[in-house]
Amino acid sequence: MLKRLFIFLTLILVAAIFSDVALNYSEHSELSRLAQHYASEGPEELGAANLVTSVVVTYRGLDTLGEVTVLFISAAGVGLMLRRRKHPDTVVPARKPASELVETAARLLMPMVFVFGVYVFVNGHLTPGGGFQGGAIVASGVLLLLLAMPQAQLSHSLIGFTESLSGFSYVVVGVLGIVLAGGFLDNRILPLGSFGSLFSAGAIPIIYIFVGLKVGSELSAVVDRFRSDESKPEQ
Amino acid sequence: MTGLPVSTYVLSCGLALILIGLWGLLTQKNIIRMIIGFSLVDTGIHMVMIAIGYVTGGTAPIIDSAVGIKDAAKRVVDPIPSALVLTAIVIGLGVTAVMLSYAVSIYREKKSLSIDECSESKW
Repeated sequence: MLKRLFIFLTLILVAAIFSDVALNYSEHSELSRLAQHYASEGPEELGAANLVTSVVVTYRGLDTLGEVTVLFISAAGVGLMLRRRKHPDTVVPARKPASELVETAARLLMPMVFVFGVYVFVNGHLTPGGGFQGGAIVASGVLLLLLAMPQAQLSHSLIGFTESLSGFSYVVVGVLGIVLAGGFLDNRILPLGSFGSLFSAGAIPIIYIFVGLKVGSELSAVVDRFRSDESKPEQ
Repeated sequence: MTGLPVSTYVLSCGLALILIGLWGLLTQKNIIRMIIGFSLVDTGIHMVMIAIGYVTGGTAPIIDSAVGIKDAAKRVVDPIPSALVLTAIVIGLGVTAVMLSYAVSIYREKKSLSIDECSESKW
């Protein structure tokens, strides 16, 4: 009873703070100075039409490297927590195959989902989207595959190879920025190209391709881990 | 336009979501429900951040035929909170995945999803 009272009090106090925030909130009428710099100088400096991309990949590129690292660690943590038991002392029923409708639809949709994911991360500097979104789309395609074909085995060596190679190349591109341009993860190691075309914005599309591959393979590995061992046929 | 500015609604909804999620975290016993509460808090924070980055009459910070390079600084919303939320969504996803894998491990160990079963480290 006392506990409930404390919970209630906590919520009331937090709500009081929040209502203060909400009541005294007034919409901004112009950008802050930093954002103004990003919006007015960014396109000419970096050549990316999508300003969010230029902030994520270049101005705050180090944060994104950290973010990719956090994602990697969480994927590794999930893999550690849900590692497959070796001893097959529990007899598990074989999983029911998916219906023909799901299987056929998955066959039809899979290539499109993958192509769309690649499109999203290749065009990250021009349109809404980018490496993380494209990677998530690719991983959802893998999820579709696993739903339609429960017995399918993902190639762990392929996933691991893609992930390590793209993570390594991301850092290499970042270090090249120190050598050839202004600093770590500077995108001006390549010519900026004509503004708004696919081959523009220097190294941003390349970085986003690596990020997309890395996120796609990591999330696929996470999704695969969350399949119970039951789906695995006993050897 | 009459009434409150649009970002006030987004801000209030975000704050309400945070409260609901906090309530869920504090009162629920089922681990899965607690994780859902955490996700609600997460989403609420994203909405609050997006609302704070909104500029009156602003549009998406992408330069194309509609928003020229010259007037970009006057027409777009703040790109920094958007970039932050992009980061936060990915981190939230990673944290949720790790929490769910803990839930799976706890269920394997205790055959129950109730948080009351995990009393070893309770003081």
